[in-house]
Amino acid sequence: MTESPLKKFEKLAKEAESTLKRGKRFACVCTGTGCLGRGADEILSKFEEKLGKGRVSKISKGGCRGFCAQGPLVVIEPDGILYCHVSPDDVDEITDKSIERGEIIERLTYKDPSSGVHIPLLKDIPFFSGQSKLALRHVGTMDPESLDCALAAGVYRALATVLERNDPDWVIEEIKASGLRGRGGGGFSAGKKWEACKNAAGDEKFFVCNGDEGDPGAFMDRSIMEGDPHSVLEGMAIGAFAIGASRGFIYVREEYPLATARLEKAIKDAKERGLLGENILGSGFSFNVSISKGAGAFVCGESSALMKALMGFPGEPRAKYIRTVVRGYNDKPTVLNNVETLVNVPAIIERGAKWFRSMGTKGSPGTKVFSLVGKVKNTGLVEVPMGMTLRDIVEKIGGGVSGKGEIKAVQTGGPSGGCLPADKLDIPVDFDTLTKEGSMMGSGGLVVMDDRTCMVDVARYFTSFLANESCGKCVPCREGVRQMHLILERICAGKGEKEDIQKLERLCDTVARASLCGLGKSAPNPLLSVLKYFRDELTAHIEERRCPAGVCRALVTYRIEESECTGCTMCARVCPANAITGTAGSPHKINQDLCTKCGACYEVCPTCAVKVE
Amino acid sequence: MHSIESIKRAARGALSKIGNHPDNLTMVLQEVQRNLGHVPPEALKEIAASMNVPLSRAYSVARFYKSLSLSPRGKCSIRVCTGTACHVRGAGILLENLRNLLDIKSEGASKDSKFHLEEVGCVGACAMAPVVVVDGKVHGPVGPADLKNLLGIKSKRKK
Repeated sequence: MTESPLKKFEKLAKEAESTLKRGKRFACVCTGTGCLGRGADEILSKFEEKLGKGRVSKISKGGCRGFCAQGPLVVIEPDGILYCHVSPDDVDEITDKSIERGEIIERLTYKDPSSGVHIPLLKDIPFFSGQSKLALRHVGTMDPESLDCALAAGVYRALATVLERNDPDWVIEEIKASGLRGRGGGGFSAGKKWEACKNAAGDEKFFVCNGDEGDPGAFMDRSIMEGDPHSVLEGMAIGAFAIGASRGFIYVREEYPLATARLEKAIKDAKERGLLGENILGSGFSFNVSISKGAGAFVCGESSALMKALMGFPGEPRAKYIRTVVRGYNDKPTVLNNVETLVNVPAIIERGAKWFRSMGTKGSPGTKVFSLVGKVKNTGLVEVPMGMTLRDIVEKIGGGVSGKGEIKAVQTGGPSGGCLPADKLDIPVDFDTLTKEGSMMGSGGLVVMDDRTCMVDVARYFTSFLANESCGKCVPCREGVRQMHLILERICAGKGEKEDIQKLERLCDTVARASLCGLGKSAPNPLLSVLKYFRDELTAHIEERRCPAGVCRALVTYRIEESECTGCTMCARVCPANAITGTAGSPHKINQDLCTKCGACYEVCPTCAVKVE
Repeated sequence: MHSIESIKRAARGALSKIGNHPDNLTMVLQEVQRNLGHVPPEALKEIAASMNVPLSRAYSVARFYKSLSLSPRGKCSIRVCTGTACHVRGAGILLENLRNLLDIKSEGASKDSKFHLEEVGCVGACAMAPVVVVDGKVHGPVGPADLKNLLGIKSKRKK
């Protein structure tokens, strides 16, 4: 009698634990894109230099913790002491004091900006204490390049459980019962999607993971692929088993080279230990995954376009009278799930649908990862139960608006979503409420905007993005979005006409109703939300030739108020156009002919003497 | 410039590395792009013939995807992220300043071919906005005053 899949898994996990041999304390260096950009690689190599390369007992790489605003981050485990803004020069002290003796170095710990108190433990920091990590459960806490770490943390146990039970219908029923909805934006029930694909006619089926995270302002999928690639693979394998697929693809954006590299390594490692590939864990079930790299096209996040892209064609969508679960890759039944959706799957299998439903709201169970960005203090990735209010996310976890301004709007849902005004901050965030209010969940970008953000400019920005990304196959989207963009461009340049608002409304209606795919259908959303909630800003641009936020450059001038200027020379030093003159100690002046209206002087002025009019 | 022979060699190299199944067309072209800095017409012909797909299909793929370019690119790649988070934190100003600094109209190579400026839709480093990616390294937050420094360091090192 051969060993059962679960027994095989337990054996692998035990082996992994003994290979790891963690020391009493070890330093976990965040190696997400954000921290790497701020020099995490130098910190890591300094640690390796000091402790010896490959000393897994004392140092570990970790995925993104989400607290990107404070990076580079180093966490001392298992105590969970968080060090912020670490520089390579701190490595000696961290090794000698924290790793060897367990002491806390106060100056490196997080300092609460309002109270000035140092908070050494990660779990006590408001940014983390308000969160519940489910999709991000392993991200940050384990070395994403080590299968041993993943196994020791229990990744692949759910897959082993599924293979042990050997009942695809049970898997589908469990996922359906959990109410898991697609985290990529659509919010379609994952279980129903799997069931439809399983029941679709055809002997060959495919399972595809959508890692083409194109929504500007969202980066949770990147973080998961970079920080916990094995859970993505596990979720895919479970799904593939349920629908009866033996081949799968992960479609990753070209802009995410680190995610691609880590997934490639994860696939190779998992195959070597029999967790992917032929006869997984001796169960007889085989599943092979390959990576398909995107080449830079937003529309490829759309399911039928993504199938085309996988087949080596331009990613143009088709009309979906027949869905891709019935006719997808190679015209065969194909499931396409988003990265975040997939990492929820193993957790549901292990802890049950009922447990999953205990979080979030009735219509949207579970948690959602948001990328909290824009004009907010604690920018980064946060995961909260569905149904939390926007205000709690932005103010409690995000720490409120950064800089001098006040919160004006929150943009959700990327280019398909909308801008919600400050008085809507108390609505609960879930799929249905956001849609009702004229925005949408999308993939979970939350962009905070303050009174220095011009909403007309935001609408112009999204139409410009979408006009560039429109594939050009259908006329309403290709020409309609372009016209919307041209009109908004004119309004921002101070050449708006009275009839423009009406024209925009008509265009929105046509584009939304006549476009072929989701990109075009939802393209008017950002503009519609501005028309609905920020109409006064639009009319100020058109009728008064005025930009209330001081952003649209044709409509503003920068000026230094002489009586308030202390002559500190800060503005003159940052001005990229050398348009500011004056000597230290006496009021400065802006030369309007040279000024490019970039606002650098406004941002740095310590006495707010720079005025925008 | 690359000789026809070296272009063909690069195309064949990419084909054997990635595989000549038509599914891989985009990825093979990306590999050529990575090695030669662009996808020359000779490479398109070679790859289309080897995969047994019409040249028009290879051409349409090369034109459709933003990361593929049919004409040569500048040496040092400067990608300005224009995702939403970067936009509200001033990416537009950075772009305009870079255009002025490098004397490039909208996007593309500078006259001396040293720099290649392009907009990119969200690199996913929104927490560091606004972000400029110089030769693959992510910098942020970048202010208009940092740009000369960012390019200055680069051009000195390139010499």
